[in-house]
Amino acid sequence: MINRIVVGAGYGLKDWIVQRATALIMAVYTLILLVALGAMGPGGYEAWRAIFANGFMQFMTFLFFVSLFWHVWIGVRDIWMDYAKPDGLRLVLMIATAAALVGYAGWAAKILWRL
Amino acid sequence: MAEIAIKKKRPKNLDIPTIRMPLPSVLSILHRISGAVLFLLLPCLLWLFQQSLASPEAYAAAKAVTSNVLVKIVLLGLLWLYMHHFCAGIRYLLLDLHKGVDLQPARFSSKVVFAVSIALTLIVGAKVLL
Repeated sequence: MINRIVVGAGYGLKDWIVQRATALIMAVYTLILLVALGAMGPGGYEAWRAIFANGFMQFMTFLFFVSLFWHVWIGVRDIWMDYAKPDGLRLVLMIATAAALVGYAGWAAKILWRL
Repeated sequence: MAEIAIKKKRPKNLDIPTIRMPLPSVLSILHRISGAVLFLLLPCLLWLFQQSLASPEAYAAAKAVTSNVLVKIVLLGLLWLYMHHFCAGIRYLLLDLHKGVDLQPARFSSKVVFAVSIALTLIVGAKVLL
Protein backbone atom coordinates (compact mmCIF):
# COMPACT_ATOMS: atom_id res chain seq x y z
CA MET A 1 0.00 0.00 0.00
CA ILE A 2 1.05 3.57 -0.53
CA ASN A 3 0.29 6.49 1.74
CA ARG A 4 -1.12 9.44 -0.13
CA ILE A 5 -0.74 12.90 1.31
CA VAL A 6 -3.87 14.88 0.55
CA VAL A 7 -2.85 17.84 -1.58
CA GLY A 8 -5.90 18.76 -3.63
CA ALA A 9 -9.11 17.63 -5.27
CA GLY A 10 -7.80 15.82 -8.33
CA TYR A 11 -6.88 12.15 -8.06
CA GLY A 12 -7.25 11.25 -11.72
CA LEU A 13 -10.45 9.21 -11.37
CA LYS A 14 -12.29 11.39 -13.90
CA ASP A 15 -9.45 11.01 -16.41
CA TRP A 16 -9.32 7.27 -15.75
CA ILE A 17 -13.02 6.96 -16.55
CA VAL A 18 -12.87 9.31 -19.56
CA GLN A 19 -9.95 7.31 -20.99
CA ARG A 20 -12.06 4.15 -20.88
CA ALA A 21 -15.36 5.71 -22.00
CA THR A 22 -13.73 7.33 -25.02
CA ALA A 23 -11.92 4.03 -25.76
CA LEU A 24 -15.26 2.22 -25.78
CA ILE A 25 -16.81 4.79 -28.14
CA MET A 26 -13.84 4.52 -30.51
CA ALA A 27 -13.88 0.70 -30.36
CA VAL A 28 -17.58 0.64 -31.34
CA TYR A 29 -16.91 3.16 -34.12
CA THR A 30 -13.98 1.06 -35.37
CA LEU A 31 -16.25 -1.99 -35.65
CA ILE A 32 -18.92 0.05 -37.50
CA LEU A 33 -16.27 1.36 -39.90
CA LEU A 34 -14.85 -2.13 -40.46
CA VAL A 35 -18.33 -3.37 -41.43
CA ALA A 36 -18.88 -0.33 -43.69
CA LEU A 37 -15.50 -0.91 -45.38
CA GLY A 38 -16.32 -4.58 -45.85
CA ALA A 39 -19.62 -3.66 -47.51
CA MET A 40 -18.08 -0.89 -49.64
CA GLY A 41 -18.35 -1.54 -53.37
CA PRO A 42 -15.58 -0.78 -55.87
CA GLY A 43 -16.93 2.73 -56.57
CA GLY A 44 -13.81 4.81 -55.82
CA TYR A 45 -14.61 8.31 -54.53
CA GLU A 46 -18.41 8.00 -54.57
CA ALA A 47 -18.41 4.72 -52.58
CA TRP A 48 -15.88 6.13 -50.08
CA ARG A 49 -17.79 9.40 -49.64
CA ALA A 50 -21.10 7.53 -49.24
CA ILE A 51 -19.77 5.88 -46.06
CA PHE A 52 -19.45 9.27 -44.31
CA ALA A 53 -22.04 11.43 -46.09
CA ASN A 54 -25.13 10.28 -44.15
CA GLY A 55 -26.34 11.84 -40.90
CA PHE A 56 -25.67 8.78 -38.74
CA MET A 57 -22.06 8.38 -39.83
CA GLN A 58 -21.42 12.14 -39.64
CA PHE A 59 -22.63 12.08 -36.03
CA MET A 60 -20.63 8.92 -35.22
CA THR A 61 -17.50 10.15 -36.98
CA PHE A 62 -17.61 13.48 -35.15
CA LEU A 63 -18.17 11.61 -31.87
CA PHE A 64 -15.17 9.43 -32.76
CA PHE A 65 -12.95 12.46 -33.38
CA VAL A 66 -13.96 14.19 -30.12
CA SER A 67 -13.36 10.91 -28.24
CA LEU A 68 -10.04 10.47 -30.03
CA PHE A 69 -8.73 13.94 -29.13
CA TRP A 70 -9.85 13.68 -25.51
CA HIS A 71 -8.32 10.18 -25.26
CA VAL A 72 -5.11 11.44 -26.85
CA TRP A 73 -4.96 14.32 -24.37
CA ILE A 74 -4.98 11.94 -21.40
CA GLY A 75 -2.56 9.46 -22.97
CA VAL A 76 -0.02 11.99 -24.21
CA ARG A 77 -0.24 13.96 -20.96
CA ASP A 78 0.65 10.72 -19.14
CA ILE A 79 3.67 10.30 -21.42
CA TRP A 80 4.87 13.86 -20.69
CA MET A 81 4.37 13.28 -16.96
CA ASP A 82 6.45 10.07 -17.16
CA TYR A 83 9.36 11.34 -19.25
CA ALA A 84 9.43 15.16 -19.27
CA LYS A 85 10.71 15.88 -15.77
CA PRO A 86 11.60 19.61 -15.78
CA ASP A 87 8.39 21.49 -14.90
CA GLY A 88 8.85 24.18 -17.55
CA LEU A 89 9.42 21.68 -20.35
CA ARG A 90 6.46 19.60 -19.21
CA LEU A 91 4.21 22.66 -19.13
CA VAL A 92 5.28 23.72 -22.64
CA LEU A 93 4.71 20.21 -24.03
CA MET A 94 1.28 19.95 -22.37
CA ILE A 95 0.18 23.35 -23.67
CA ALA A 96 1.42 22.51 -27.19
CA THR A 97 -0.41 19.17 -27.07
CA ALA A 98 -3.67 20.71 -25.88
CA ALA A 99 -3.44 23.51 -28.46
CA ALA A 100 -2.82 21.03 -31.29
CA LEU A 101 -5.74 18.83 -30.22
CA VAL A 102 -8.18 21.76 -30.00
CA GLY A 103 -7.07 22.79 -33.49
CA TYR A 104 -7.50 19.23 -34.80
CA ALA A 105 -11.05 19.15 -33.39
CA GLY A 106 -11.93 22.27 -35.39
CA TRP A 107 -10.28 20.80 -38.46
CA ALA A 108 -12.21 17.52 -38.12
CA ALA A 109 -15.49 19.44 -37.77
CA LYS A 110 -14.68 21.37 -40.95
CA ILE A 111 -13.98 18.17 -42.90
CA LEU A 112 -17.26 16.58 -41.82
CA TRP A 113 -19.47 19.68 -42.14
CA ARG A 114 -18.57 20.05 -45.81
CA LEU A 115 -19.89 16.61 -46.73
CA MET B 1 2.78 12.84 -6.82
CA ALA B 2 6.13 13.39 -5.18
CA GLU B 3 4.90 12.66 -1.66
CA ILE B 4 4.15 8.98 -2.20
CA ALA B 5 5.87 6.89 0.47
CA ILE B 6 6.56 3.27 -0.42
CA LYS B 7 7.05 1.20 2.69
CA LYS B 8 9.33 -1.49 1.35
CA LYS B 9 12.44 -0.87 -0.73
CA ARG B 10 11.97 -2.97 -3.84
CA PRO B 11 14.78 -4.18 -6.11
CA LYS B 12 15.19 -2.07 -9.21
CA ASN B 13 16.80 -3.04 -12.52
CA LEU B 14 16.78 -0.40 -15.23
CA ASP B 15 19.58 -1.91 -17.33
CA ILE B 16 17.49 -2.15 -20.51
CA PRO B 17 19.51 -4.83 -22.44
CA THR B 18 19.32 -7.28 -19.53
CA ILE B 19 15.56 -6.95 -19.06
CA ARG B 20 13.72 -9.97 -20.45
CA MET B 21 10.36 -8.81 -21.78
CA PRO B 22 7.55 -11.38 -21.81
CA LEU B 23 4.89 -10.87 -24.49
CA PRO B 24 2.42 -8.94 -22.27
CA SER B 25 5.20 -6.45 -21.55
CA VAL B 26 6.01 -6.07 -25.27
CA LEU B 27 2.29 -5.51 -25.81
CA SER B 28 2.26 -2.86 -23.11
CA ILE B 29 5.16 -0.77 -24.39
CA LEU B 30 3.85 -1.10 -27.95
CA HIS B 31 0.51 0.23 -26.69
CA ARG B 32 2.28 3.39 -25.55
CA ILE B 33 4.54 3.67 -28.61
CA SER B 34 1.63 3.13 -31.02
CA GLY B 35 -0.41 5.82 -29.26
CA ALA B 36 2.48 8.28 -29.38
CA VAL B 37 3.28 7.65 -33.06
CA LEU B 38 -0.37 7.91 -34.09
CA PHE B 39 -0.62 11.19 -32.16
CA LEU B 40 2.47 12.61 -33.90
CA LEU B 41 1.15 11.67 -37.34
CA LEU B 42 -2.40 12.94 -36.72
CA PRO B 43 -1.92 15.99 -39.00
CA CYS B 44 -0.93 13.72 -41.91
CA LEU B 45 -3.86 11.40 -41.31
CA LEU B 46 -6.35 14.28 -40.97
CA TRP B 47 -4.97 15.79 -44.18
CA LEU B 48 -5.38 12.48 -46.01
CA PHE B 49 -8.94 12.12 -44.67
CA GLN B 50 -9.77 15.68 -45.76
CA GLN B 51 -8.37 15.15 -49.27
CA SER B 52 -10.13 11.81 -49.70
CA LEU B 53 -13.53 13.42 -49.04
CA ALA B 54 -13.13 16.95 -50.45
CA SER B 55 -13.80 16.27 -54.16
CA PRO B 56 -13.23 13.59 -56.84
CA GLU B 57 -10.09 15.50 -57.92
CA ALA B 58 -8.69 15.72 -54.38
CA TYR B 59 -9.53 12.03 -53.92
CA ALA B 60 -7.56 11.19 -57.06
CA ALA B 61 -4.65 13.33 -55.86
CA ALA B 62 -4.68 11.58 -52.46
CA LYS B 63 -4.86 8.24 -54.25
CA ALA B 64 -1.78 9.22 -56.26
CA VAL B 65 0.11 10.03 -53.03
CA THR B 66 -0.85 6.68 -51.48
CA SER B 67 0.06 4.74 -54.62
CA ASN B 68 3.72 5.33 -53.73
CA VAL B 69 5.12 2.08 -52.29
CA LEU B 70 6.90 3.83 -49.41
CA VAL B 71 3.70 5.68 -48.45
CA LYS B 72 1.81 2.39 -48.63
CA ILE B 73 4.31 0.75 -46.26
CA VAL B 74 4.05 3.66 -43.81
CA LEU B 75 0.24 3.57 -43.93
CA LEU B 76 0.23 -0.21 -43.44
CA GLY B 77 2.52 0.31 -40.43
CA LEU B 78 0.18 2.98 -39.01
CA LEU B 79 -2.78 0.67 -39.62
CA TRP B 80 -1.01 -2.03 -37.62
CA LEU B 81 -0.23 0.44 -34.81
CA TYR B 82 -3.93 1.44 -34.74
CA MET B 83 -5.10 -2.20 -34.74
CA HIS B 84 -2.58 -3.07 -32.02
CA HIS B 85 -3.72 -0.12 -29.88
CA PHE B 86 -7.36 -1.14 -30.52
CA CYS B 87 -6.92 -4.85 -29.63
CA ALA B 88 -4.56 -4.22 -26.70
CA GLY B 89 -7.00 -1.56 -25.44
CA ILE B 90 -9.88 -4.06 -25.44
CA ARG B 91 -7.63 -6.45 -23.49
CA TYR B 92 -6.98 -3.71 -20.93
CA LEU B 93 -10.72 -2.98 -20.64
CA LEU B 94 -11.27 -6.69 -19.89
CA LEU B 95 -8.43 -6.63 -17.35
CA ASP B 96 -10.16 -3.64 -15.71
CA LEU B 97 -13.22 -5.91 -15.36
CA HIS B 98 -10.91 -8.52 -13.73
CA LYS B 99 -11.21 -10.83 -16.75
CA GLY B 100 -8.01 -12.76 -17.49
CA VAL B 101 -5.81 -11.25 -14.78
CA ASP B 102 -4.07 -14.53 -13.88
CA LEU B 103 -0.65 -15.19 -15.42
CA GLN B 104 -1.59 -17.87 -17.94
CA PRO B 105 -4.76 -16.19 -19.32
CA ALA B 106 -2.91 -12.86 -19.47
CA ARG B 107 -0.09 -14.41 -21.51
CA PHE B 108 -2.57 -16.16 -23.77
CA SER B 109 -4.65 -13.00 -24.37
CA SER B 110 -1.50 -11.07 -25.31
CA LYS B 111 -0.85 -13.68 -28.03
CA VAL B 112 -4.45 -13.26 -29.20
CA VAL B 113 -3.95 -9.47 -29.39
CA PHE B 114 -0.90 -9.86 -31.66
CA ALA B 115 -2.60 -12.46 -33.88
CA VAL B 116 -5.89 -10.54 -34.26
CA SER B 117 -4.28 -7.14 -34.80
CA ILE B 118 -1.95 -8.47 -37.50
CA ALA B 119 -4.83 -10.33 -39.21
CA LEU B 120 -7.02 -7.18 -39.14
CA THR B 121 -4.13 -5.11 -40.51
CA LEU B 122 -3.69 -7.46 -43.47
CA ILE B 123 -7.45 -7.68 -44.20
CA VAL B 124 -8.11 -3.92 -43.99
CA GLY B 125 -4.80 -3.13 -45.71
CA ALA B 126 -5.75 -5.36 -48.64
CA LYS B 127 -9.14 -3.61 -48.86
CA VAL B 128 -8.01 0.02 -48.72
CA LEU B 129 -4.38 0.00 -49.93
CA LEU B 130 -4.38 -2.46 -52.85
